[in-house]
Amino acid sequence: MEIFEIPLPAILSQLLLGLVNGPFYAILSLGLAVIFGLLNVINFAHGAMFMMGAMVTWMGFTYFELSYWNMLWLSPLVVGLFGILIEKTMLQWLYKLDHLYGLLLTFGVTLLMEGVFRSIYGSSGLSYSVPEALQGATDLDFMVLPNYRAWVVLASLVVCFATWFVIEKTKLGAYLRAGTENPRLVEAFGINVPLMVTLTYGFGVALAAFAGVLAAPIYQVAPLMGSNLIIVVFAVVVIGGMGSIMGSILTGLGLGVVEGFTKVFYPEASSTVVFIIMAIVLWVRPAGLFGKEK
Amino acid sequence: MNFKQIIIATACALSVLPAVAQTDNLKIGFITDMSSLYADIDGPAGAEVIKMAIADFGGKVLGRNIELLTVDHQNKADIAASKAREWIDQQNVAMILGGTNSGTALASSRVAAEKKRLYINIGAGSARLTNEECTPYTIHYAYDTVALAKVAGKAIIDRGDKDWFFLTADYAFGHSLEKDSSDVVKATGGRVLGSVRHPLNASDFSSFLLQAQSSKAQVLGLANAGGDFVNSMKAAKEFGVDKKMKLAGLLVFINDIHALGLKNTEGLLTTDSWYWDQNEETRKFSARFFEKFKRMPSSVQAGNYSATLTYLKAVKAANSDDTDKVLAMLKKNKINDMYAKNGYIREDGRMIHDMFLMQVKKPSEATKPWDYYKQLTTVPGAQAFTPLAESKCALVKK
Repeated sequence: MEIFEIPLPAILSQLLLGLVNGPFYAILSLGLAVIFGLLNVINFAHGAMFMMGAMVTWMGFTYFELSYWNMLWLSPLVVGLFGILIEKTMLQWLYKLDHLYGLLLTFGVTLLMEGVFRSIYGSSGLSYSVPEALQGATDLDFMVLPNYRAWVVLASLVVCFATWFVIEKTKLGAYLRAGTENPRLVEAFGINVPLMVTLTYGFGVALAAFAGVLAAPIYQVAPLMGSNLIIVVFAVVVIGGMGSIMGSILTGLGLGVVEGFTKVFYPEASSTVVFIIMAIVLWVRPAGLFGKEK
Repeated sequence: MNFKQIIIATACALSVLPAVAQTDNLKIGFITDMSSLYADIDGPAGAEVIKMAIADFGGKVLGRNIELLTVDHQNKADIAASKAREWIDQQNVAMILGGTNSGTALASSRVAAEKKRLYINIGAGSARLTNEECTPYTIHYAYDTVALAKVAGKAIIDRGDKDWFFLTADYAFGHSLEKDSSDVVKATGGRVLGSVRHPLNASDFSSFLLQAQSSKAQVLGLANAGGDFVNSMKAAKEFGVDKKMKLAGLLVFINDIHALGLKNTEGLLTTDSWYWDQNEETRKFSARFFEKFKRMPSSVQAGNYSATLTYLKAVKAANSDDTDKVLAMLKKNKINDMYAKNGYIREDGRMIHDMFLMQVKKPSEATKPWDYYKQLTTVPGAQAFTPLAESKCALVKK
């Protein structure tokens, strides 16, 4: 069976690959959406945090012989603390100003971090091997699926939905949402809003680092790995609707699939297709697919 | 100060900068990728090597100090071209050294030709620089896509693998490499079953690789370089593509092998113009390089050193920095140094020198750090590069 002269197994394998790549977009755009939704900051440093997550994973193995499984929680913790440091020392003074200031600050942080890592480790990157338990691949007949990629899908979906659940369905999440809506009132109830905001930024950044750990064995761990991805992820957030948690998860997954198909039908457009969709969505629904018009 | 005032103040401060007095230094400009996927092959260390060459030459020529200007073209042809123009018009740069990325190289070459100023490219691959788009002022120094195809490409076909599929970086270099390799494949009785083009600096190659695999070709020719080559090799291993097809890296640098590790690359056939462990001279140069950068130089970085010295010697011999006089001297004298033996520059601007077929060692064969290549054969320059009889360059008299 063939569709547009492309055999069915090829279509199936590209569909699966799209589903494999989507979770990266989903988990990164989720972190951006959480930070934007609760702090109103456009966190341009997200790509750099993703890179740092991968770098810390590599360093943990190289300098301290810490396994992948340890780094899976250690790396987000380290990067999350780093994020908190940035929030406490710099970002927190900018909340009352225009979005542009937060964007410029985080963009500067990105350049700084990329520059530091590049001057130490060079730009072609370091390699990090797949953990032993997940090596090998499963032959699905129409394609070979590396076990590690299957794990990535599983791990990121679990994290995505756990985050959505905490923010949308628990009391803690309700405090957070209330705190961004009317911080004074929530503070009057005796809740420490600035602390909550700081921890949220730390958590959003830790999500990026978690994606970084997942990415380390797949891609070269390189100082610029985040900057290639971040622009696409911003487009994902815009398409999904700024600040919408579920929206960014679903859009991330969906766009992974769309991008996968573009690579079959017209590979040259694969790096632009996301932006074409973004333009169309903004035209039809300016608040994004899942965003609420204010 | 409000935002507007800051902008105005910054603009004023910046506008003062170019007014710094012109000096009588002999200026060399170096345009390359300083920060992205090709930065390790050339980049800041490549610039440092040029400074080494200038220092080794004595730092002065014709009684003038030699000064090096550098810029990061960020893999954008327009930046390379406008910087070349600015340097020639405002800084009176005597010669421009071109680094990696063929798109930027072709753009700079055109500007240099228009301004009648010397342009020597080392890092870029496209053979168009000295073929269809040759100019009287462009010299292509290290390697080109034709040589890559004729050395390693041919060696792979000679082993009996005739059906090829190409994974190609979608810009000038990838296109040239795919075309030149296809020509060699067809000329030796092989077939090209298809190709897929990926954007420069792509992150995920899995989708392209599965398409390559479904072509049922025997060889997957990787017509890309640097970070793209490394990532496509990694993904090919991961998805088991290497079990069904043979991978052919058409442009591989020692930095890529270092990044991937011998385990992932053993047995790979590749072409190079120079290797650090070839003889006493190359080892001596590399030891100096290693001391500074804690890694071994790529062939491009060695080429930077050689090209700079060759140029400065020609300026001295011509007793002038006039482009035409220096060019005449460059084309008259043979090049003999740690990089090239009996090299010479042809009328189309191609520097002809030996190329080498290398094979990546097994992990068990490597006896010291950076011990990565076995030299299989030496291909004389006249066989490796486009013969003048087949050249489409308008400067070649037939």
